[in-house]
Amino acid sequence: MSVLIYVELDNGSIKKTSLEAVAFGSKVAEKIGEKAVVLAIGHAASAELEKAGNYGASKVLHAADAKLTHENAMAYADVLVQAASQESSKVIILAKSGLGDALAARAAAKLKAGIVSGVTALPEIGDSFQVTRSIFTGKAFATTEIKSDIKILVVRKNAIEIDDSPVSTVQAEITAFTPPLRDEDFQASVSKVEKASSELSLTEAEIIVSGGRGMKGPENWQPLIDLAKALGAATGCSKPVSDLDWRPHHEHIGQTGIKVAPNLYIACGISGAIQHLAGVNGSKCIVVINKDPEAPFFKAADYGIIGDVFEILPKLTEAAKSLK
Amino acid sequence: MKILVCITNVPDTTAKITFTDNDTKLNKAGIPYIIGPYDDYALARGVELKEQTGGSLTVLHVGEADADPQIRKALAIGADDAIRINADPLDSYFTAFQIAQVAKPGTYDLILMGRESIDYNSGVVHGLVGEMLGIASYSPVMKLEITGSTATLSREIDGGKEVLQAPLPLVLGCQEPIAEWKIPNMRGIMTARTKPLQVLEPVALEELTTPQKYTLPTPKGACKMIPASEAGTLIRLLQTEAKVL
Repeated sequence: MSVLIYVELDNGSIKKTSLEAVAFGSKVAEKIGEKAVVLAIGHAASAELEKAGNYGASKVLHAADAKLTHENAMAYADVLVQAASQESSKVIILAKSGLGDALAARAAAKLKAGIVSGVTALPEIGDSFQVTRSIFTGKAFATTEIKSDIKILVVRKNAIEIDDSPVSTVQAEITAFTPPLRDEDFQASVSKVEKASSELSLTEAEIIVSGGRGMKGPENWQPLIDLAKALGAATGCSKPVSDLDWRPHHEHIGQTGIKVAPNLYIACGISGAIQHLAGVNGSKCIVVINKDPEAPFFKAADYGIIGDVFEILPKLTEAAKSLK
Repeated sequence: MKILVCITNVPDTTAKITFTDNDTKLNKAGIPYIIGPYDDYALARGVELKEQTGGSLTVLHVGEADADPQIRKALAIGADDAIRINADPLDSYFTAFQIAQVAKPGTYDLILMGRESIDYNSGVVHGLVGEMLGIASYSPVMKLEITGSTATLSREIDGGKEVLQAPLPLVLGCQEPIAEWKIPNMRGIMTARTKPLQVLEPVALEELTTPQKYTLPTPKGACKMIPASEAGTLIRLLQTEAKVL
């Protein structure tokens, strides 16, 4: 028996949200007295996979078949289910992302497992297995009992605090995993992949600097980008900004865009419509800069500055640079 | 081409969420309900594809009778007929299972829905339906063209997007800018009244998860205001007080 954790790889590295999932899964394994096993699919060096041991995994299954190089939820779910069967896994943990949800869903259908996505805290395990998750785009939480024999949890960012450089407690054993693959899972052909490679991914970023209509035009973005650079932050924007094509669509944060949960979210010239707040309410600390003292965003903020963003941003950038 | 579009019936994005019955039920009083915004994009693209290919479009909802106005709206926007599975869905698995019963293999070429519902935000129903039917699923799809029996789609991946070709049938979770939302016109509203809406009872399924209770987030403390003239001090506070730098 075991707890199986799927880790997502990005250019050969385990994503930070997936390391959180490993720490989360290891804690669940500890609670139920089982071992934590990690599954990685795709290319990664052994030294990178050993990191999973630092977060509590005792074993890493590595499926590195060349056919699996490209992200493929159908084939990956098949591999995941074969790993779960080999390891007699009773609980399967994944980090929340498009791929994580797709894998979890397909695995749940194959295993007839209860699935809960958006989990925000470790489960309560006693007579029953109860998990809490975020619903209504962060406006509420629901506690759910999972009754099925196999349970699948898709975990939100920041559901557990992790140490950036934990001391190795367990030496993870790395094993090649080479299950048979099914031809029918490889019917699609990918003709183009566009990745904004130099930019930090919004869902992984610890700090986000975001701009709204108060930035007055795409040509005015430089002071915001400068602050983001000084803080090592990713940049985001509100819906009107992406609708006006001032910034690319993949930067749109909000109810119908990307939901983020950074440690620090700095909103520049964003009034704070309820749909935008829904995308950022998982943030630990929110800073709002707006010239309108009545902007609703101040009600959801931890720190606020009322004033002209173009005067304030350079001051913050200067102060941020002098931190180092 | 036969298209199935699955829609959710959800509180409007601006609705204030509260609970009743000892925090075990959503308080529906006074809340306006809408077609899920992502489902609305799926529906709009579905109607365009139906018109292009001369196919048919069925709209499907798993839920109770209070969703009928939203189903009629979908018919007014351009669906030919509708099916409602008369049940209060317990979880994503249950919903997907009911959809899979209606969409048995060979019934539809294309099954569209939103990337996620905006009430439970799970984003797993398309994957579940795909696996239950033994066909591929993709999400979130931002562009979709159909040529013969092949779909060309563009979907968002972490930090970018990819374009791929896949054979039908497919299950797709949609998001903007796949199509512009459509507003029903008067003729659509009139004809929607007489379009068939079939109500079916759910197929029994053992309960895999059970909701226990709901909670609201703890309210934020007051926002600490910093004078614009001393903006630089914010960075120090973020480092020493909030400890996020």
